[in-house]
Amino acid sequence: MSTVWIPQVLRASAGGNKQVELVGSSVGEVVDALVAQYPSLRGQLLAEDGGLNRFVNVYVNGQDVRYLDGLSTPLGDADELRLLPAMAGG
Amino acid sequence: MPKTYADLLREARASIREVTPQDVGALPPGGATIVDVREASEWEQGHLPDAVHISKSYVEQQIEGAVPDRDAPVILYCAGGVRSLFAAQSLEQLGYTNVASMSGGFQAWKSAGLPWEAPVILSAEQKQRYSRHLLIPEVGSAGQARLLGSKALLIGAGGLGSPAALYLAAAGVGTIGIVDFDVVDLSNLQRQILHTNDRIGERKVESARKTLEALNPDVKVIPHEEMLVADNVDRIITGYDVIVDGTDTFETRYLLNDAAVAKNIPVIHASVFRFEGQLTTFIPYEGPCYRCLYPTPPPPELAPGCSVAGVLGVVPGIMGMLQANEALKVLLGIGETLAGRLLLFDALDSTFTELKLRRDPACPVCSTEAVAARAEGRPLPIPSFAAAGAATSAGEPFILGGGQA
Repeated sequence: MSTVWIPQVLRASAGGNKQVELVGSSVGEVVDALVAQYPSLRGQLLAEDGGLNRFVNVYVNGQDVRYLDGLSTPLGDADELRLLPAMAGG
Repeated sequence: MPKTYADLLREARASIREVTPQDVGALPPGGATIVDVREASEWEQGHLPDAVHISKSYVEQQIEGAVPDRDAPVILYCAGGVRSLFAAQSLEQLGYTNVASMSGGFQAWKSAGLPWEAPVILSAEQKQRYSRHLLIPEVGSAGQARLLGSKALLIGAGGLGSPAALYLAAAGVGTIGIVDFDVVDLSNLQRQILHTNDRIGERKVESARKTLEALNPDVKVIPHEEMLVADNVDRIITGYDVIVDGTDTFETRYLLNDAAVAKNIPVIHASVFRFEGQLTTFIPYEGPCYRCLYPTPPPPELAPGCSVAGVLGVVPGIMGMLQANEALKVLLGIGETLAGRLLLFDALDSTFTELKLRRDPACPVCSTEAVAARAEGRPLPIPSFAAAGAATSAGEPFILGGGQA
């Protein structure tokens, strides 16, 4: 079970949840499980080709998955996944 | 039988190791902490390069701050080599094991033709105004002089820019440029603490200038009452030592990033949304840039422009102050900046989370290839910014994912 942290910007599309516990052995599997549960997140997280949108970063235990193995990055039981979209407010 | 001064001096000479000015001059850089124990008025007339000043009357109180390691080599000097002997005895009583006194003091140093420097002289008023800075070894009068000679540019005099500007001005950053084309609105005052109720309708740059110059007359405020666009960004940012990005549009953030990387100016970046904030420091070529972090902005349908999403006023306040902290470290050259680290703040949980950022080796702006291409006058293509008409002045947050607010 991995914990996915949902930032405030995306929370309305995730049932208002701040964190969601999901099962999956890779980042891709957990993201798929997340968008299956909250379909309106799909357009914000995933591009049409199924890859991650480039304006949303995904971190596993503080490390950007772009520099790990992307959606194929393996996840262990206690791993923490953090979604981080760009925000511009100032 | 009471001791005489001559007795005390003889005892000090017998117990304290003395070194000559030539010995001290031959030390490698950082070979010892050199402490000038004379009075401030003497220090101001000139001192050894790289010496720290702790007048003899404060040695016991301040030496642990300047030299935390009691086994580190310390050399004390005064004007003629007597006061430093007595000060060295105090250090030995405090447990310092490697203390020496420079024989003949600063007079012998100068007579030997060794190099010395005169510190920047702060006025009596400045000494009082910045006294809490002057007490910190990492700032001191040299650091304060550096701040007074520094130029910081704030993009936006809004929620982030307000606290950042106030603290930078209070700290004595001598020149503060402010880019903002908006006027003060009643709805700004919940968080934009540069402005006041009686300035509603006034140009923000003018309101900011009044506030900052009233806080600290040492500060010169340069108003840039214009929107940051491709045609003026190079002109506006040129000459600044650090930029505090407190704008509220993706378009401006990318525009600023690209120009600042090309000009090698650090950008302190923060953004806020309701109860959350993000903060990092972009130091060109040392750490990632904004495009390494977010290669493309969200498409217009996911970033529909200014809205009523709202923000807890204190959130940009906290993030803006952290920006000021980063800017001061960059200007003083002290500490570790957030380059390569993204700090997230959650006001509801009162938590900070740190994420690791990396330079994108394929970044169209800061990669080696991008730098070479710019030098050859054929910059790499950059993803076009689609969110037309999204630019506004600082103040209102964007919403990512329309209709959530």
